[in-house]
Amino acid sequence: MDMQLFGLIMYAISLATMFGIYGVLCLGLNLQWGFAGLFNAGIAGFFAVGAYATAILTSPESPNYLGGFGWPPLLALPIAMLLSGLIAWPVGRICLGLKGDYLAMATIGISEIIRLILKNEDWLANGTMGISTVPRPFESLGQPWGNVAFLGFVLLVMAILYLAAERAWISPWGRAMRAIRDNELAAAAIGKDVVRFRLEAFVIGSMVMGLGGALSAMYFKFIGSSATEPLLTTFLVWVMLIIGGSGNNRGAMVGAGLVWLIWSGTELLTNRLPAEWITRSSYMRALLIGILLIVVLQRFAKGVLPEKPPRRIDG
Amino acid sequence: MITVENIVRRFGGIRAVDGCSLSVAQGSITGLIGPNGAGKSTLFNIIAGLLRPDAGTIKLAGEDVTGWPAHRLFGKGLARTFQIAHEFGRMTVLENLMAVPGGQSGESIINAWLRWSAVRAEEAKIRGRAEEVLSQLRIDHVKHELAGNLSGGQKKLVELARTMMWQPKVVLLDEIGAGVNRALLSDIAGEIERLNRDHGYTFFVIEHDMDLIARLCSPVIVMAEGRVLMQGSMQEIRQNAEVIEAYLGGGKVRHGAA
Repeated sequence: MDMQLFGLIMYAISLATMFGIYGVLCLGLNLQWGFAGLFNAGIAGFFAVGAYATAILTSPESPNYLGGFGWPPLLALPIAMLLSGLIAWPVGRICLGLKGDYLAMATIGISEIIRLILKNEDWLANGTMGISTVPRPFESLGQPWGNVAFLGFVLLVMAILYLAAERAWISPWGRAMRAIRDNELAAAAIGKDVVRFRLEAFVIGSMVMGLGGALSAMYFKFIGSSATEPLLTTFLVWVMLIIGGSGNNRGAMVGAGLVWLIWSGTELLTNRLPAEWITRSSYMRALLIGILLIVVLQRFAKGVLPEKPPRRIDG
Repeated sequence: MITVENIVRRFGGIRAVDGCSLSVAQGSITGLIGPNGAGKSTLFNIIAGLLRPDAGTIKLAGEDVTGWPAHRLFGKGLARTFQIAHEFGRMTVLENLMAVPGGQSGESIINAWLRWSAVRAEEAKIRGRAEEVLSQLRIDHVKHELAGNLSGGQKKLVELARTMMWQPKVVLLDEIGAGVNRALLSDIAGEIERLNRDHGYTFFVIEHDMDLIARLCSPVIVMAEGRVLMQGSMQEIRQNAEVIEAYLGGGKVRHGAA
């Protein structure tokens, strides 16, 4: 096959795979912010828990860190989610009494603690070197079919999550969640247990973020402290959800696609810049995304696909 | 139905409620009047579980419920409206009502995912009830509007409608008449009378509109400076010198003297 065409196809596959992974993360954040109005500014932490758990569970045994245990990748996914949920639960119990901006600060702090532990405890996850022997499902099919199969798997996971999130949105559970988001006092006055509902949204959303981390570790076959930078996780996922339309599951996925397209597109551009500019390129990309956010919010204050009340479900 | 004993609540140095005791009889429409800052809304918030009292006890139908959170009190049959309407702004009017019933099986995410047909069947009943309430209050024409887009008076009606979704024993109405036009207010008063007569709801009503109080409430309790000043029929209250001075007006003599 023509090498250039092959490269283009491989690039498209990688774009689409990353779209799927970010789509998963955005759906998770939408459960917290779009449904329940919870400002989680610590996506990176829950992403890291899922990613590192997967790496430790599935990589071959190593003297440098805990495990690896050489599990089959698919078995590691539910455990990664469970671990993220287990960490989110006490965090939620303590922090969900905090309102709005305080929850944001608390989650930033906890996320950074998680990241620093994973970065500095060498015995646990090989410290700054990270783990670079994470197996990717379908790898044995070779290029490009292994990549295509993994892409299909990621998109399938996102589709299942989308359906589950849509069901949640149109259900009485989602309705109670939105009531709490819109007016906490009134929701309590009509008998909703505000703390219970918030905790559920926080834990489930964090589990989905952990799943996103797990898929990411598999895709890159590597996890290290550089991969859990808040710029690449927390910041980008927030921008995606806001641009796409928070409170809209489809909007979450559209935002993930649009922003990732622009983010990785700028990588191609900045590679062609003169040498003295390349070193500054990552800052320029963040700046560009910031400008994009402002422009989109000027045009579409509620995102590209704004929130809509759900359709009736009783036939 | 509600018994309040020696409730005290301070905000900083201010004693907003200062040893207040009163009771609301089952089946009554009891009024609560008093000047601004008398502690009426604070007392309501304490009864409804949004504020904890610094001292004193609250009983609901004989049970000590002091310090219970709002959502548990709702389960015991206590509903309320707010002085400033607390609508769910990004939900439709219909959804505002359908959110109310407690114990909906679809409020468990597991049921929503795995027992969908049961959830849908229940939903049909809840919708039916919500549409009934909306047409009783004659706001069914706005049922698909977002509640945040309604007028102030309509939002008040949505709040009243929410309390009617769940057969409450007692309803606290905090200035239901504020921002509602005369004709509509008369309709609301009629609705309150009907709910009281036909369904046995007990009402506890804060209101500044004396005509509305006179029409609906017996007895009427007057609060001033965090305490109960007197209790009686509207006629008795209109004749009481202390009340006239504290609230109803005519305190000119004293004002002039000062």
